[in-house]
Amino acid sequence: MSLLDARGVYGGYGGADILNGTSIQLDRDEIVVIVGPNGAGKSTMMKAIFGLVRIRKGQVHFNGGDITNGKPQDMVGRGIAYVPQERNVFPSMTVKENLEMGAYLLKDDIRPRLDKVYDVFPKLRERRNQPAGLMSGGERQMVAMGRALMIDPVLLMLDEPTAGLSPLLIDDTFARIREIAALGIGVLMVEQNAKQALGIASRGYVLATGENRYEDTGPNLLANREVAEMFLGG
Amino acid sequence: MTDVLQLLVYGIVLGSILTLGAIGVSMIFGILRFAHFAHGDFMTVGAYIGLAAVTATGGSIWLALPAGMLGTAVVAVIIDQVLYRRIRRKQPVILLISSFGMALALRSLVQLIWGPDNQNYASGIQLPWRIEGIAVKPDHVTIVVAAIALVVTLHLFLTRTRLGKAMRAMSDNMDLALITGIPAERVIMATWIMAGAMAAAAGVFLGIDTRLHPVMGWTVLLPVFASAIVGGIGRPYGAIAGGMVIGIAMEMSTLFIDPAYKLAVAFAIMVVMLIVRPQGIFKGTV
Repeated sequence: MSLLDARGVYGGYGGADILNGTSIQLDRDEIVVIVGPNGAGKSTMMKAIFGLVRIRKGQVHFNGGDITNGKPQDMVGRGIAYVPQERNVFPSMTVKENLEMGAYLLKDDIRPRLDKVYDVFPKLRERRNQPAGLMSGGERQMVAMGRALMIDPVLLMLDEPTAGLSPLLIDDTFARIREIAALGIGVLMVEQNAKQALGIASRGYVLATGENRYEDTGPNLLANREVAEMFLGG
Repeated sequence: MTDVLQLLVYGIVLGSILTLGAIGVSMIFGILRFAHFAHGDFMTVGAYIGLAAVTATGGSIWLALPAGMLGTAVVAVIIDQVLYRRIRRKQPVILLISSFGMALALRSLVQLIWGPDNQNYASGIQLPWRIEGIAVKPDHVTIVVAAIALVVTLHLFLTRTRLGKAMRAMSDNMDLALITGIPAERVIMATWIMAGAMAAAAGVFLGIDTRLHPVMGWTVLLPVFASAIVGGIGRPYGAIAGGMVIGIAMEMSTLFIDPAYKLAVAFAIMVVMLIVRPQGIFKGTV
C-alpha cells in the first residue's frame, strides 16, 4: 500500500471545482512531481491533501489512515510537512527561530534536529542569527525547507521550490531535494521547471483542468512526445 | 530650561503609561488583525480591580499592580472567549465595532460598581524630590522603573520562550504559522493575557499618577493608538518608541499651547505619521 493515496479528489475554493477527480499516489523514498499548465490544479491538489482546500468528493489516505479534510495541525502530527510557494518564512524571525517554529509541536530536545537540518543546509548554520526576511530568495527557500524538515517528516510537500531562482540555484535546490529523499523522506512537489524536475523524479503526474492526463516514470514522461509538446515547451 | 526638563520628566512618565497600553494594542493587531477599541477600558478595569484589592486589604497601593494585572488578564480572556472568538472569522470591521461596544459596556460596568466620582489609591499629597529645581515624585520613579521591568519581561517572553516566539510567528505570517502546526487558539489566549495585564499596569500607573475615573482609560485611548501607530502597528517594540514620542510631545506641547490641546497633539502626530510614514518608525504591518 502506498504511503500517500489520494483518489478521485474533487474540490476547490468554494466556487466551481478546480480539482475534477485528481489522483496521486506516492511510496516511501519516492520523489513524485506534479507538472501541467497554469490553472491545472497542481498547487490546489497539494493544498487539498494538506487540508487547506476543502475536498468535496474523494479520499486521501496517508500511512493507512484517512486524512481527508484533516486539520493542518494533525497533518504535521502525522509527519506531513508542507512548504508553500510564497510567504514561506517568518520574515522578522531569525533563521534559527524559523527552524524552531517548525518543531513547535514536538516536546523533545530539538537540538539534534537542528543539527540535521544544518547538515543538509550548511549555509543556514552560518546565517542562523539573521532575520529570514533579509535573506535572498534562494536562502529563504532553504529556510522554508529546513523549517519543514524540523518535524522529521515522512512526507515533504514542496510547492514550486525553484520558482524565481537563478539557474545555478535551481540545480542546487534539486540536488538538495535528492539528498532529502535519500534520507528516506517521500517528496511530493509541484514544479514549473518540469524537465529538470522530472529528471530527478521517480514518477510524475501531468495534470490538466484538474484531471490526471498522464502518469508515468520521470524518464518516460520526458520521452513522451505528446507530453513534451503540450506541457514541456517542445 | 528647567521647564523643559520638568516636562521631560512628565513626558517620560506619560510615555511609560502609553507604552504599556500601546504594546497590547500592537500585539492584538499583529495577531488578530483588528484595532481593539476596548483597550482603554481594559486600563480602567485594571485600575479599579487594583483599587478593590487595595481597599479590601488596606495594603500598599502597589498591591494594585499585581491584582489589576491578574484580574484584567482573566477579564480579557473571558471577553475573548465569550465575544471575540465567535466573530474571529468575520471581517475585521465587525470585531472592531464589537470592541467599541465592549468598551462602552466595560465603562458602564465600572461606573455601576464603583460610581462616577474621582477616586484615589491613597489620599494625601506626596512630597516631590527637588533635583536641580526639577520636581520628581517618588511615584514617578516607581512607575518608570516598573514599566521598564514589565517591558523587559515581555521582551524576554517574546524572544526566549516557545509560546512567545509562536506569538511573533503568528504576527509575522498567520498562514505559515497554521501550516507549521502552531496552535492558534492557545497563542491567541496568551496574547490576551499579556495585552490585558499590560493594559492593567498602564491603568494602575495612570491611577497613581492622576486619579481613578470611569473614563480614565477611554480618554487615553487616542494617544495609546497614536503610540502604536507611530511605533509601527503590530510591532510591540515600536510601541515603546511610539509611546515615548507621543508622551513627551504631549507634555512638551504645553510650553507653547494650552494643555487642553494635549490630546490634539497626539492626534496630529498620528495623522502626520500616517501621511509621511504609515508603516511607523519600525516597519509595521499596515
